[in-house]
Amino acid sequence: MEYQAKELFAKYGVAGALGKTVTTPEDARAAAEEIGGVVVVKAQAKAGGRGKAGGVKVAKTPEEAEEAARAILELEIKGLPVNRVLVVPGASIEEEYYFSFLLDRSNRSYLCIASVEGGVEIEEVAKTNPDAVKKIPIDAGTGVDEAKAIAIVDEAGFPAELRDQAIQMVQQLWTVFVEEDATLVEVNPLARLTGDKLEALDGKVSLDENAEFRHPEHASFEIRDEEDPLEAKAKDKGLNYVKLDGAVGIIGNGAGLVMSTLDVVAYAGEKHGGVKPANFLDIGGGANAQVMADGLDVILNDEQVKSVFVNVFGGITACDEVANGIKGALEILGDAATKPLVVRLDGNNVDAGRAILDELNHPLVTQVDTMDGAADKAAELANA
Amino acid sequence: MSIYLNKDSKIIVQGMTGGMGAKHTTLMVESGADIVGGVNARKAGTTVELGGKELPVFGSVAEAMKETGADVSVAFVPPAFTKDACIEAIDAEIPLLVVITEGVPVQDTASVVAYLEGKSTRMIGPNCPGIITPEESLAGITPHTIAGKGPVGLVSKSGTLTYQMMYELRDFGFTTAIGIGGDPIVGTTHIDALEAFENDPDTKAIVMIGEIGGDAEERAAAYIKDHVTKPVVGYVAGFTAPEGKTMGHAGAIVSGSSGTAQAKKEALEAAGVKVGKTPSETAALMREILQGM
Repeated sequence: MEYQAKELFAKYGVAGALGKTVTTPEDARAAAEEIGGVVVVKAQAKAGGRGKAGGVKVAKTPEEAEEAARAILELEIKGLPVNRVLVVPGASIEEEYYFSFLLDRSNRSYLCIASVEGGVEIEEVAKTNPDAVKKIPIDAGTGVDEAKAIAIVDEAGFPAELRDQAIQMVQQLWTVFVEEDATLVEVNPLARLTGDKLEALDGKVSLDENAEFRHPEHASFEIRDEEDPLEAKAKDKGLNYVKLDGAVGIIGNGAGLVMSTLDVVAYAGEKHGGVKPANFLDIGGGANAQVMADGLDVILNDEQVKSVFVNVFGGITACDEVANGIKGALEILGDAATKPLVVRLDGNNVDAGRAILDELNHPLVTQVDTMDGAADKAAELANA
Repeated sequence: MSIYLNKDSKIIVQGMTGGMGAKHTTLMVESGADIVGGVNARKAGTTVELGGKELPVFGSVAEAMKETGADVSVAFVPPAFTKDACIEAIDAEIPLLVVITEGVPVQDTASVVAYLEGKSTRMIGPNCPGIITPEESLAGITPHTIAGKGPVGLVSKSGTLTYQMMYELRDFGFTTAIGIGGDPIVGTTHIDALEAFENDPDTKAIVMIGEIGGDAEERAAAYIKDHVTKPVVGYVAGFTAPEGKTMGHAGAIVSGSSGTAQAKKEALEAAGVKVGKTPSETAALMREILQGM
């Protein structure tokens, strides 16, 4: 979120008011009093489009700030409640620019995107006047030193009176990108304020989860009170789970196979009243009884789920281990398991795996040999 | 014939003595691959028995290559040490480096890919199942029992979908199956593998498996149109993935309109690639092509 990006910016000396993040209208008033003068009260939300949703208000007095915060904290932006507002000093903006560093998958390196035309409406500028949006490749081996920062600032065309400030800020933002293991560092808008001051007014930073081992402090950026409760539960159990909107719960091994399973279920659903997958859940290679039980537990607690499709290809994992995992999971869950399970096992030791489930003869479990057939069965059961 | 890996490949394992490393070294030995040793500076000079084979442990990749003639290294080192392990292998000029490790910070991979520029090493991965030339050699974690030798070349971002597709087409078999990994940045791309399969006389047809995110499939489509004469069948996972949510693989994230499964499917079809809606349908398309040959 914005206030977190600003905290990271401040850590590396990037110019821009940090402001105060508060959760109640009364605290917003106190923050406005402390800051003094005109302030801006801004909703803190993960989703974009907060301006249009009424999530940004200018307040001339502390009383107005309290009122503004009260209104904003009652908003929902793209379905999510607003729990925090940021109070920042009002700034007299003369011009708005855009600046970012990001991962460039196409060129397997990094990219700098900069524009001195328009900040907030950058996507519009990119469409109507693409030449005004400079895309500058960055070599991952050499990065951004002072000479590269100068080249970036000159190519982007920052006004001469801001050049030195811009060169410094570009280097600071690059330090944020590298030191924090970011995949995106964005300043939007980057603004020229009265008196030719260059400041980062709003920003966004995406961090690489794979690099968390280098940054234990990044855990504090997680905002748990806005997570989906099922996703939060799955995360506590170390499961790779994403909640979706449909009625067919999905468990599989390997991200690619699970994504493929979602697609196959959605196609099958077209013939069964349009039912859709309810989630993404990758239990990885292990697939022991406890992991299977944890996964089933999360999925069965999803009220939208009407049936569950367990789709496992035994590569390294043997199907008999997976079958024992399902058997063990059903024992662990006992009466809590109430929804039909369609199981498709294939690959390593498939015959032994299927035999275990045949012998179990559990009333909720149906085995189907193929992925497409099993998806069809699961969709049919969800539509019953 | 095959690509990148064959019966003469001599393989060392970086991180052979760790849990994952030991388990999969055993499986590689059992598959018949010529594993000639491992690398671990702290255990240099010792030997380890894995899969019934006594394997020497060397202090460095360079030393292991000198002593054994190894030309392939498979890395199972933890994410925090992967970058250094890669640089060591590249400096030793190992011809093929296969990085299995999952969870490598993307900036580390970007540094390694930049470092590879102008060097003699080909890197596959990270976060991949590796490469298998059935009945000849295995450098990675793909089960060697799924399918045998045959006319199909397979390149895929996903491990389990590689296994699934090999299983679907096990009656035909494969020249080589390569999992390039699902991370946003990888060493060997779809295009690299397509080029190698095009040049391999034993590969008669190619299956390409993609995933949402990035534009690698779109680029591969453009490459196929201009450079690949062999029939290519494609599959893309992630049609129903919602925008802005990561689906397990660091790379499999959709944001905005580019990178969607639909866009990739359309690009591939425009290049003359038949694209299946499901893995089974994709296998059926390949089956038709092979039966018509």
